[in-house]
Amino acid sequence: MPRLIKDGTIVDSDWLPANPDRLTPGHILSLDQWLALDDKSGSAVQLEPGDGATPLLDHVDVIDLVAINFPVFTDGRGFSYGRELREQGFKGELRAVGAFIRDQVDYLQRCGFNAFQFAEEDQLEAAMDSLTPFSEHYQADVRQPVPLFRRRT
Amino acid sequence: MYVYDQYDQTMLDERVNQFRDQTRRYLSGELSEAEFLPLRLQNGLYVQRLAPMLRIAVPYGLLSSRQLRKLAEITRNYDKGYAHITTRQNVQLNWPRLEDVPDILADLASVEMHAIQTSGNCIRNTTTDQFAGVATDELEDPRPYCEIIRQWSTLHPEFAFLPRKFKIAVCGTAEDRAAIHAHDIGLELVPDDNGVIGFKVLAGGGLGRTPVIGSVVRDWLEKKHLLTYLEAILRVYNQHGRRDNKYKARIKILVKAMGVEAFRDAVETEWQVLKDGPSTLTDEEIQRARSFFTAPDYQQIDGTSSAAALADACKADPIFGNWVKRNTVDHRTPGYRAVTISLKATGYVPGDISDGQLDLLADLAERYSFGEIRSTHQQNMVLADVLTAHLPQLWQKLQAAGLATPNIGYLTDMICCPGGDYCSLANAKSIPVAEAIQNRFDDLDYMYDLGPLEVNISGCMNACGHHHIGHIGILGVDKKGEEFYQVSLGGSQSKQASIGKILGPSFRQEDMPDIMDKILSTYLSLRNEEEAFLQTYQRVGIDPFKERVYAKAD
Repeated sequence: MPRLIKDGTIVDSDWLPANPDRLTPGHILSLDQWLALDDKSGSAVQLEPGDGATPLLDHVDVIDLVAINFPVFTDGRGFSYGRELREQGFKGELRAVGAFIRDQVDYLQRCGFNAFQFAEEDQLEAAMDSLTPFSEHYQADVRQPVPLFRRRT
Repeated sequence: MYVYDQYDQTMLDERVNQFRDQTRRYLSGELSEAEFLPLRLQNGLYVQRLAPMLRIAVPYGLLSSRQLRKLAEITRNYDKGYAHITTRQNVQLNWPRLEDVPDILADLASVEMHAIQTSGNCIRNTTTDQFAGVATDELEDPRPYCEIIRQWSTLHPEFAFLPRKFKIAVCGTAEDRAAIHAHDIGLELVPDDNGVIGFKVLAGGGLGRTPVIGSVVRDWLEKKHLLTYLEAILRVYNQHGRRDNKYKARIKILVKAMGVEAFRDAVETEWQVLKDGPSTLTDEEIQRARSFFTAPDYQQIDGTSSAAALADACKADPIFGNWVKRNTVDHRTPGYRAVTISLKATGYVPGDISDGQLDLLADLAERYSFGEIRSTHQQNMVLADVLTAHLPQLWQKLQAAGLATPNIGYLTDMICCPGGDYCSLANAKSIPVAEAIQNRFDDLDYMYDLGPLEVNISGCMNACGHHHIGHIGILGVDKKGEEFYQVSLGGSQSKQASIGKILGPSFRQEDMPDIMDKILSTYLSLRNEEEAFLQTYQRVGIDPFKERVYAKAD
């Protein structure tokens, strides 16, 4: 089982990585595989850049896990996907996978991600130090939906 | 100006600590070159041809005397004793050492300054009119909204890895001095039919390889919706902007590809989700932002007698009088004028300023302009609130420091990027071209006779020198390893913004002063009385210039 950071602690993954070529139980599904599912309850699906979050938005109540892949860490589309899913009420696990780096974890958490599966597992311990570099932020985000300007004292 | 509270300061201090750790990890090999790249860029740090370059943010161009002195000190301690004002109203250091940058950022943080998002594929420094708050043609001061946008865009979690850089400008005046049509988003304060002031929203303007004038996506937006609407535009761009080709990644390409209608619809759809949410501005927040930009404690002056006294002083000393005419503008408060300090003296790099000059300007700002100074996107500085009675003494002090060149808005007040002398992106040098042109046209009478003229020079397609919107634009190009210069005519950054037309095949550097001479003498021979270069060009078109410049020698 892959290891990852989930809700601030290092744990084993409940799901195996996506395999777009073959449908195997226990693995996260690609978007195409997931779209073909009749019963989407308890499912796990992975979005690639360009997929968009829209196909999932009608099913956010029943999906267990959405993984969002960052094939290169500079492609920021997944940040918007995560935030949109949370805004539409997705409560399950939102996992970053791929080439994202620990210096992005703060922004990812603020966009609603609560799980981080690094390409290299030896990053996990070090990444634990990067979880909260800032004690305060200006904008509204998923973790703090009220922007600073409504909270300043 | 805006003053930090404990929230702003804590965030900034934490940002310095974060970057200190990132730099340490990079220097120890824990962080790869590719991984460090966007992190350092979003802290203003480029790696340049000769040394790293650090771009320091000057939010909407506003600086205090205290900040100027700190900048002077930083150029002495970490650099070569000078800084460069950029076309985004920022300040660049050309020679810092990478390992010193965390300390420089800590020094900046001590005076509420930083280098956050001055570079990289993120939302950059918001710019505005250098005469904001004092302009006679201003509907409303744009700076409170610039500050609201600054806070919203700073360390925004969703928009730090956009397809490409993203620039926003705001203007609140009849005459656009912020080039809002050439920005990814341009905002103009405008009244609706009932006289309520809101924002006209433009998107998809930009310079670079494919210059485009921005399209109106919304004629009027209620102020409280500013942030949610910006967020909707950015979200459409972040998801749909091209990422396969960096030359096609700006929002202007997306707006063109989708068409303005479809783009507007996509923004509206996103906006419906965000609209009226918690990021909707409150009256209290708008009032809070405005409270930082109230009028300073002006003296009650009789405007008529102060104007008469100034006219007498100008008559008594024509050199002073000429400087007043060229480098100062009307102020909305009787007895005051706004003074532009030219950083375009012949023989000096356009936009460069020494540590001594920075210190002097800090003193002069304190003595004559309520301790504030502004940087301009034309790479000059402005003291916005000077008593006309103080102008003679101010002028003497500026003159002694080489800061009183009376050329604002004329040929030698060129916009010029650092170019190939410093920048690793550049195809060609730009500074020597500017210097050669300044040297050739150094005669003041001739320069004034040419009238208002904007000459903008960029060393490459990235167009930091805004060559597309110069009345005369000069672009450095690389032809088989040799530096050549392409000339365009008829660009304009006004509300009737236009992109310059390319004159024809490019020229060698040494020929540029002669080429300029031919263009300018063509204009002089064709102009009707009192017609400025741009007007003549718009009337006669490009052909007469072409014929003259490319005429075969007999």
